[in-house]
Amino acid sequence: MKKAFPILGLLTAVLLSYALYEALVVAPREQTMGDVQRIFYYHVPSAWTAFLLFFINFVASVQYLVRPKPQTDKIANGVVIAIGVLTFVGAYVIKPLPQGMYPSSVVTTGLAIVGLYFLIRKYFSEQETDILALTTAEVGVVFCTVVLVTGPLWARPVWGIWWTWDVRLTSTLVLWLIYVSYLVLRRFSTSGQTPVLAAALAVFGALDVPLVYFSIWFFRTQHPQPVIGGGGSIDPRMLHVLLINWLAFLSFAFLVCWSRYRLERLQRDVEETLALEALLEPRSSLQ
Amino acid sequence: MTFLYAAYAATWAIHIAYLITLVRRYSRLKQEVDELNKKKS
Amino acid sequence: MSAPTGITLATLTKDIRLEWRSKDAINSMLFFALLVVVVFSFSFDPNAEESRVIAGGLVWVAFLFAAVVALNQTWARELRNQVLDAYRVSPAPANSLFLAKAVGNFIFVAVLEALMTPLFIMFYKLRALGPAWQLIPVAILGTWAIVVNGTFFAAMSLRTRSREIMLPLLLFPITIPALLSMVEATTTILVGDPSTSAKFWIVLLATYDVVFTTGCLALFETVLHAE
Repeated sequence: MKKAFPILGLLTAVLLSYALYEALVVAPREQTMGDVQRIFYYHVPSAWTAFLLFFINFVASVQYLVRPKPQTDKIANGVVIAIGVLTFVGAYVIKPLPQGMYPSSVVTTGLAIVGLYFLIRKYFSEQETDILALTTAEVGVVFCTVVLVTGPLWARPVWGIWWTWDVRLTSTLVLWLIYVSYLVLRRFSTSGQTPVLAAALAVFGALDVPLVYFSIWFFRTQHPQPVIGGGGSIDPRMLHVLLINWLAFLSFAFLVCWSRYRLERLQRDVEETLALEALLEPRSSLQ
Repeated sequence: MTFLYAAYAATWAIHIAYLITLVRRYSRLKQEVDELNKKKS
Repeated sequence: MSAPTGITLATLTKDIRLEWRSKDAINSMLFFALLVVVVFSFSFDPNAEESRVIAGGLVWVAFLFAAVVALNQTWARELRNQVLDAYRVSPAPANSLFLAKAVGNFIFVAVLEALMTPLFIMFYKLRALGPAWQLIPVAILGTWAIVVNGTFFAAMSLRTRSREIMLPLLLFPITIPALLSMVEATTTILVGDPSTSAKFWIVLLATYDVVFTTGCLALFETVLHAE
């Protein structure tokens, strides 16, 4: 296990360098925006990574809340399996799908959600699930910060403004705010049950996300604003560079999470040891 | 374009800053662990 | 009357009675609200046309801050007298306590809004050009959105350092869609542009209320026992 880390580290470094080269040199120059568009290759993978990390945090938080009681655990298992089945049904039975969604990607997403849930359940104990939640939240905030910094840096030369109440940028800002408040709660809470409170907050945050998206989407249709990143089809060469960068950043995120996870475990072990020592210390030494 | 380089530099600055905080916390923890081990022996 | 409803009503009437006798929260909220209105009036001195466009946002921000003052002391009394421990031990369902607190807060904030609104109308020369009756569901749904999440997060912040700042810190990000809906709905109604309608916002507010009331009721027991 320990040997894998430096090997993976080296691989990630190589991958990141290669991805950088691809983004700056190999990728074709965009027609309207020019070279500035290359920010896209860092902005979008960071966003996808952040969302993935926050999603894992959500699953871990739900796990942490439902696992202690066998009733809720069973119900949650059922719901997750139902989601998996539903995506299968939805992909192949309900036609046609919205534009851009393929049956295979819908099913893969559904299976990934189910797989993630049960994998966490199997391989992470309760305390470890909590550490996983904390880790993914923190690293997710880091990646989300990158998104919020690169977004305006892209918007300014292209649109002339630093910020716009664009649906995606604003939703990302709100998501960032929610998770920063999550981390603040974690740090400032003096309750012994901080993980439970944090998990509840994460669930609330997850419930909030679709509402945030809809509200800003409608707000934008009332007050049209420029769109960052645009929609529509993408040049296959650009897609290739985008995916390479995403792979590189995913690998990087994995390593950072792994490090943070190990750090947290060590921290909790030390705290436990200190607490035990304080309990077991003989009276005479407490002058 | 300077904005492009600024964006890439900012990305790595943020990541490196975070990694530095991790390294600092780890070295502080290591110190504590060493102290604990010394007390035991 | 079933037991949970009875408990809810009993707790609610107790809170209202206590509040009526001491008038702690109401007085501080009222004065705070008045200050907010006056300060805003000095900062933004628009004519009638402009004021209709910005008043929606100003009014709801003022109500939000005043509500936070009320929410911060929601559980203070319970904490002082170890009532929460007693509640945890008793067989009373946690949701009754939550509902009682939430409804109590709702009443306080609603009273506050009722008292502040004439002031706002006066200072900003407000007159709704759209269907003014729609402001009532906006006010009810919007206030409930702030209060239900606020009561929940107030319980979560009980054992944190800087408790008073923790509540708004947790509450504001989560209530952003509700705030946006309230502000946009109010502005739409005030401006009265016939091509726009506040209906979408009202529906979104209702959805928000349903989702988060359910969430709070589902998770409050866990949070109560986690303190």
